[in-house]
Amino acid sequence: MSVIIFLENTGGKLKKSAFETLTYGYKTAQELQTNCIAVTIGDCFSQQETVAKYGAEKLICIDNSLLDCDNQSTSEAISQVYKKENGVALVLSNSSYGKPIGPKIAVQCQASFISNVIEVPSSLRVRKKSFSGKAFEYAQSQLENVVYAISPNSFYVEENPGSISSETFTASNIGESSVKLINLEKSVGKVSLAEAEVVISAGRGLKGPENWHMVEELADLLNAGTACSKPVSDIGWRPHSEHVGQTGVAIAPNLYIAIGISGAIQHLAGVNSSKVMVAVNIDPEAPFFKAADYGIVGDAFEVVPRIIDSLKKFKENN
Amino acid sequence: MNILVCISNVPDTTSAINFSSEGTSFDSNGIQFIINPYDEFGLTKAIKLREKHGGSVTVAHVGLVTSDPTLRKALAIGADKVIRVDLEPKDSFSVAKELANVIEQNSFDLIICGRESIDYNGGAVPAMLSEFLSLPFINACTFFECTDDSVKMEREIEDGKETIESKLPLIIAGQKGLVEESDLLIPNMRGIMTARSKPLEVCQAITNDTQTHSVNFEKPAPKQDCKMIEAGNEEELINLLHHEAKVI
Repeated sequence: MSVIIFLENTGGKLKKSAFETLTYGYKTAQELQTNCIAVTIGDCFSQQETVAKYGAEKLICIDNSLLDCDNQSTSEAISQVYKKENGVALVLSNSSYGKPIGPKIAVQCQASFISNVIEVPSSLRVRKKSFSGKAFEYAQSQLENVVYAISPNSFYVEENPGSISSETFTASNIGESSVKLINLEKSVGKVSLAEAEVVISAGRGLKGPENWHMVEELADLLNAGTACSKPVSDIGWRPHSEHVGQTGVAIAPNLYIAIGISGAIQHLAGVNSSKVMVAVNIDPEAPFFKAADYGIVGDAFEVVPRIIDSLKKFKENN
Repeated sequence: MNILVCISNVPDTTSAINFSSEGTSFDSNGIQFIINPYDEFGLTKAIKLREKHGGSVTVAHVGLVTSDPTLRKALAIGADKVIRVDLEPKDSFSVAKELANVIEQNSFDLIICGRESIDYNGGAVPAMLSEFLSLPFINACTFFECTDDSVKMEREIEDGKETIESKLPLIIAGQKGLVEESDLLIPNMRGIMTARSKPLEVCQAITNDTQTHSVNFEKPAPKQDCKMIEAGNEEELINLLHHEAKVI
């Protein structure tokens, strides 16, 4: 019996979420008094020592050639590892990669599926985010085998060094992919919202897309991702992928700075998992000030450039 | 093209969420229910595809009679027919099982779901459906175009966008981008009138087996008061973020 941890990698390098899944998997294995095994797709052997630091006893690299978008073959390959290693729980990230495969693995392995988990399960009961960030839920699995999809940026990272072995696994009977990748467009030079420690977001208060340079400059200084409110993406000032909120991307950065966003309940739902929130708004009655940790009432066109200047000064001295 | 759109009945996005006093169930008192926003993008897309390619748009839903006003709205917007499985939805597994049964009893070229429902956010039903039905599945779909023998789709990923080709029949889990916010349809009087005579078929559930159970809910702890900083004193903000909040 083992806890199986699925690690995401890009070109053989572990993604940030991998450290959260490793820690979560290790803690879950402790809870179940068993060991944990990491599995990933592609040649990831160079990461073996890193994986060992987080307590996995074995690293399995699946060597089938699998497309990222082929959730069928990917889930089947991982399920084969799960069955071979006598898995009792599978841990993966609830990311764009993990989302489509988690439920499929659960069905393939006769396991239950629980997503958005934020704490380690105890007696098959686990705390998760629910109602788009407006509430938390304790979910109970009625099956012994469970697939846990952990909410990105919501679980701590902790080292638990141990010894590790590694092996290659070739999944059998993987059919031809039913989907074909035609094009992959990577946003270059941008910090991905899901992985960003800091997110700078702006709303209609910025008056037009031509004013976003302030947001981008601030984001550059803090190595932050950029985001926007729903109205801004609806009128096309910014791409959909930047819309954070209840019906957009849900984020959980360490620092969220909202500029000219009033703070409607739908917006707050998607961002209130942020550890620290700063609101800048010209309207002292903006609801965001009730949710934020720090607030400045003022004109964004005056306040933001001054934040940028202060930050530059701060960076020179630190 | 015969399209099935799977719909959830969820609290309006502007709703404040409350639970029963023991926290064991959602308190629907005073809550306005709506078509799950991700599903609404899918329904609108389905109607546009029907305009272009012909065929029909069927809506499937797992839920009790209390969902009927939401389902009538789907008919008023333009769906041809609704199939409601008369079962209180309890977990993704049982809902997906019921929807798979509806799909097996009929014949659809395309099955559109929302990426997730905005209440329980499981995000598992479409993927489970694809397992039960052995159909290809694309998650977080932001573009869908159909030619004679293939479909082209775009999928949003964390650091970019994938363009994918596949064949029908197929399951997509959609979101904004399938259609734009401005494309969403508001039922007009004629739509509302004709919706009354469109079929809303109720069928019995095939199973009541669940795999997970919601034990209880809690709301986030109230935030501490916001610390206000005078405009003009932005250095203080940086100072606080560094020394007090320790986030920069």
